[in-house]
Amino acid sequence: MQERFILKVEDLTVSFDGFKAVDALSFYVEPNECRVIIGPNGAGKTTVLDLICGRTKATAGSVRFHDQELLTMREDQIVNAGVGRKFQTPSVYEDLTVFENLELSYPKGHSVFGALVFKRDADVRARIKEIAETIFLEGQLDEKAAFLSHGQKQWLEIGMLLIQDPELLMLDEPVAGMSVAERKKTAELLNRIIQDRSVIVIEHDMGFVADIATRVTVLHQGKTLSEGSMERVQNDPKVVEVYLGH
Amino acid sequence: MFADYSMAELGAIFAMQGFAGLILFSVFVLMALGLAIIFGQMGVINMAHGEFMILGAYVTYLMSNLFADFMPALFSMYFFVAMILAFIASGLLGLFVEWAMIRHLYKRPLDTLLATWGLSLILQQTYRSVFGAREVGVSIPDWMMGSLPLTDLIEVPINGIFVMVLAVGISLAVYIMMFRSRWGKQVRAINQNRVMAGAVGINTEWTDRLTFGIGCGVAGVAGSAFTMIGSTGPTAGQLYIVDTFLVVVFGGAGSLLGTIASAFSISQAQSIMEFFLSGSMAKVLTLLVVVGILMIRPQGLFSLKLRK
Amino acid sequence: MQSSAFLSRKEMIGFALLAALIFIVFPMMLDSFRLNLFGKYLTYAFVAVGLALCWGAGGILSLGQGVFFGLGGYCMAMFLKLEASTPENTSIQSTPGIPDFMDWNQLTELPWWWQPFYSLPLALFAVVAVPVVFAFIIGVAMFTRRVGGVYFAIITQAFAAILTILIIGQQGYTGGVNGITDLRTLLGWDIRTDEAKTTLYFVNGVLLFAVLFAAQYVRKSKLGRLLIAMRDQEDRVRFSGYNVANFKIFIFCLGAAFAGIGGAMFTLQVGFMSPTLVGIVPSIEMVIFCAVGGRLSILGAVYGALLVNWAKTTFSESFPELWLFGLGGLFIAVVMLFPNGLAGVWSEKIEPRLLALLGKAPADKSAPDGAPAE
Repeated sequence: MQERFILKVEDLTVSFDGFKAVDALSFYVEPNECRVIIGPNGAGKTTVLDLICGRTKATAGSVRFHDQELLTMREDQIVNAGVGRKFQTPSVYEDLTVFENLELSYPKGHSVFGALVFKRDADVRARIKEIAETIFLEGQLDEKAAFLSHGQKQWLEIGMLLIQDPELLMLDEPVAGMSVAERKKTAELLNRIIQDRSVIVIEHDMGFVADIATRVTVLHQGKTLSEGSMERVQNDPKVVEVYLGH
Repeated sequence: MFADYSMAELGAIFAMQGFAGLILFSVFVLMALGLAIIFGQMGVINMAHGEFMILGAYVTYLMSNLFADFMPALFSMYFFVAMILAFIASGLLGLFVEWAMIRHLYKRPLDTLLATWGLSLILQQTYRSVFGAREVGVSIPDWMMGSLPLTDLIEVPINGIFVMVLAVGISLAVYIMMFRSRWGKQVRAINQNRVMAGAVGINTEWTDRLTFGIGCGVAGVAGSAFTMIGSTGPTAGQLYIVDTFLVVVFGGAGSLLGTIASAFSISQAQSIMEFFLSGSMAKVLTLLVVVGILMIRPQGLFSLKLRK
Repeated sequence: MQSSAFLSRKEMIGFALLAALIFIVFPMMLDSFRLNLFGKYLTYAFVAVGLALCWGAGGILSLGQGVFFGLGGYCMAMFLKLEASTPENTSIQSTPGIPDFMDWNQLTELPWWWQPFYSLPLALFAVVAVPVVFAFIIGVAMFTRRVGGVYFAIITQAFAAILTILIIGQQGYTGGVNGITDLRTLLGWDIRTDEAKTTLYFVNGVLLFAVLFAAQYVRKSKLGRLLIAMRDQEDRVRFSGYNVANFKIFIFCLGAAFAGIGGAMFTLQVGFMSPTLVGIVPSIEMVIFCAVGGRLSILGAVYGALLVNWAKTTFSESFPELWLFGLGGLFIAVVMLFPNGLAGVWSEKIEPRLLALLGKAPADKSAPDGAPAE
């Protein structure tokens, strides 16, 4: 039996010294859905992703992925359960080559012993080559990541997520800081990789959002202001007021 | 173990140990204040902190000799002159060290640690070459000698009281500098957001240098105060460095109040345990407890919870 | 594609050169006294190699490696001391058959935790196991709570201070400030003779190479690349699905095991173990051996240990004052001017010139694994 929701966020709350950055937030993500979270600065968007992937500890509430409670799990356990996360600023291993960057994300040999005996066999090479082609970096496999352009680093990080093959992918502003050409290529890439999995995206670029979103959640001061299709959200007077009101 | 003592004796023992603890507390506070400024506000590990203290102690030693030889009439007051000079000497050395070394290493805290350790070795050898390897003591003015009888059983040494008064005074001075002066505001601004602080027109480079200098100057004053209760040798500073760092870290780096609270708890624990155990075991147990608590609460006793 | 062979050609030459130096050049050029001295220096190289992995690759700076060196050394010394304290040898004591310092401190029987050290296999096991268990406890406590960087450095330094105070304070059980001295035989074999010392030098060399090969294996494995990744982007590694703490604990324990072996070889070759090898000062000096060699290079670590200790002996014999200035200057210089140490100077300055002289283009232009860690 197919479950109705892959991710259930309920009453999620976190407070930093009394300030509630996320306040009793609830939302549900279906399989293969692409959920876009938008909202003004300081609405708590990144914090929500941080809470789901275990980077920040929640004060109250629950986050269930399939039927596992994520809030009590460590970051690496959450990742290995099938939740991938891309950060706002590209974070890749600058001192390692593109190949090695991808290799470290390959979902094998993640224990201490496993890493000691990990072999770079044909399967690993083939998979890395395949991913590198997807992210337009097949020519740069032996280059140190430090020498990549900003956009290429973003792609590399997306590639590192792809090789993990997560069921739920969380992307924090994947096209921020890119040139127009890179942005177009990235949008194409994202459109391809969000197939066959659930995705949560934080994004400001409304054209891009309209393009990919199944549903949109608007956050404001840590709470859901509005939720639904792009069209519905855009015409919600509350949303209009938050964005244009001041 | 209490059975051998009467209640009055036990009370007196606790009071005297408590007082010994208060002196130790003052010593810890004096040592830690400078470090709390440098480590707490700038995140710089200065392993030569002890040597900056010793510089202050040697300055005091020189002043004591100078006054005794040339101005015996003013001898009872020499200490106050010495304290100011100690602040200036250690502070100037601090400014120089920041300029020559520390500023190049702000992004590499572990390397700062090693480089300042190197500095501490050089300073130690310099002291040894200049002042000799033997410990030197200063002549204490008459008014600071002896002790005050509080009750029949309890006596407190005057120089101990003096060090305590100094610790309180310097803490207040640092507090006022940190929270009431323009410099303090700038330091705290830089600590929170260096780029923004620079953007609103704070000269971050000069503020860093000044902060380091003031931290070192406070260390010099601490060293000066120590001459009142003990002698000074070239390597005396090294003995303090672990304690000092633990005090600051235990209190929660960045919190002056935390530093003082942690100095208080560590010193009281140590001096009370010292009565029941040997000195070394008391020290071992105190350090173990501190390290143990730090493992459970790495951010120290006082710190804010913030989004990473 | 980057070579994933265990040793690249360049590294093979490096290993061979070091082997020639240790097994052929030193024994041929040095008299028995100096060879023993160099053997002592090489025991520090065990620690430095461990630090190259922990600190250079992993970014974990421990200022308490002396603790593990000391624990390994004391385990060995306890065995040797018990062997030297036969009832016949100690018949003049009020309690014959226990180590002399216990007798001096009015102990009348051997403490229970000394008992296992009658057995050589148990003692040898303890040489590695005791430091590793200690490192494991410290590592679990610190790394699972994400204590790192300077905090870790300070706390490990505190451990060095604690152990020193403890050893000195409990002299009835540990020999106090003098340490455990007057060690004589290993299973009846007199370790004080010149021949024994030469044999021990070679045993030491073989063990050092075993440690170097182990370290090289780790460096070349995926775990080695993970260490560098963790040093630079710890969060990213976590979100690639690795339990970062476990890897740090592992590498810290491995470094402790190396240090423990070094300590045991120190005891065997030098004939005593004392708290002066455990404390804050020796521990931080061990870091400088690694830094001088080039903090990422395991071969560099060996050269660093040799060079700094040789300089220490030479200078402190003739100009004791100069030595502290020199050592202090070395700390500063290696941080500010040569952050990649000897290995960096070699690969950035000497090697290109050498190749140019030979009329070859540089074959392998990859720099040593990146910039210094923080």
